[in-house]
Amino acid sequence: MTEDRKDRAVVECHGLGCKEILEKLSDYIDGELDPKICQDLEEHMKDCNPCLLFIDSLKKTITLYKYASAEPLPKEVHLRLHEYLKKECKDC
Amino acid sequence: MELQDQALIERIKEGDYQAFEALVNRYEGKVYRLAMRMLRNQQDAEDALQESFLQVYRGLKSFEGRSNFSTWLYRLATNVCLMKIRHRETEPAGMLPLEEFLPRHEDGEVPALQEWPEKPEEILLTKESREKMMEALERLPAEYRAVFVLRDIEGFSNAEAGEALGISVAAVKSRLHRARIALRGMLAEYFEKGKFEPPALSEN
Repeated sequence: MTEDRKDRAVVECHGLGCKEILEKLSDYIDGELDPKICQDLEEHMKDCNPCLLFIDSLKKTITLYKYASAEPLPKEVHLRLHEYLKKECKDC
Repeated sequence: MELQDQALIERIKEGDYQAFEALVNRYEGKVYRLAMRMLRNQQDAEDALQESFLQVYRGLKSFEGRSNFSTWLYRLATNVCLMKIRHRETEPAGMLPLEEFLPRHEDGEVPALQEWPEKPEEILLTKESREKMMEALERLPAEYRAVFVLRDIEGFSNAEAGEALGISVAAVKSRLHRARIALRGMLAEYFEKGKFEPPALSEN
């Protein structure tokens, strides 16, 4: 594809096409998209750099939160929890 | 061998308090993590943790095992967190207007998106970017935050998250999509505008 055609493709698909793509991105990432639509989406992204960057950053967002280190349970919170429950559960 | 949840629950129902403590030990870290992500405040998370397990103890008598124990526990703990959030005055509420978080299309121009840093592990190494991520999560209305935390962080399926929150799978999917788009949009302000600096080699 020449640069000229590529530019035109980007502009053309930035209208309704991109909007439809956007609505389906979560289903696409989760592997829940109909295979035919999935293929259309991948075709679209070959020529649409904004959509490609958008989906890449959306995937990164999910990955980042998944692997962000979680706060471990502080020992004193664990001890207070067990103490609290022991006291409260007696009356249950 | 470790007893399965259901075996522990049977013992608890027979009055074995140690079995309850074993069940608490098994899940307290997960519930605390959930509460911290939902509430972003240590004291509130600790209160939610205590309240959740007290409710578990009281509710176990009538728990029939129709749903998985962990799903039931998460539902209960999520509701405890949501109740706390409803009592806050500063919580964001309402719908998430997607348009606000999408790249701007001005005069039919294609938005100039930039690539994010290549390695997510580099991003997670800096304290500032971790704080940005947590600030963004906090800006989500609670109903959206709950879905995102359960689905994308805790790894629930759509059906499990729906059961835990008492909403349909369609509602889970719709809220999850909006939450993801909103978080991406908020983080883009940071990552695309060159505010992120890769960690120095000496930083741990």
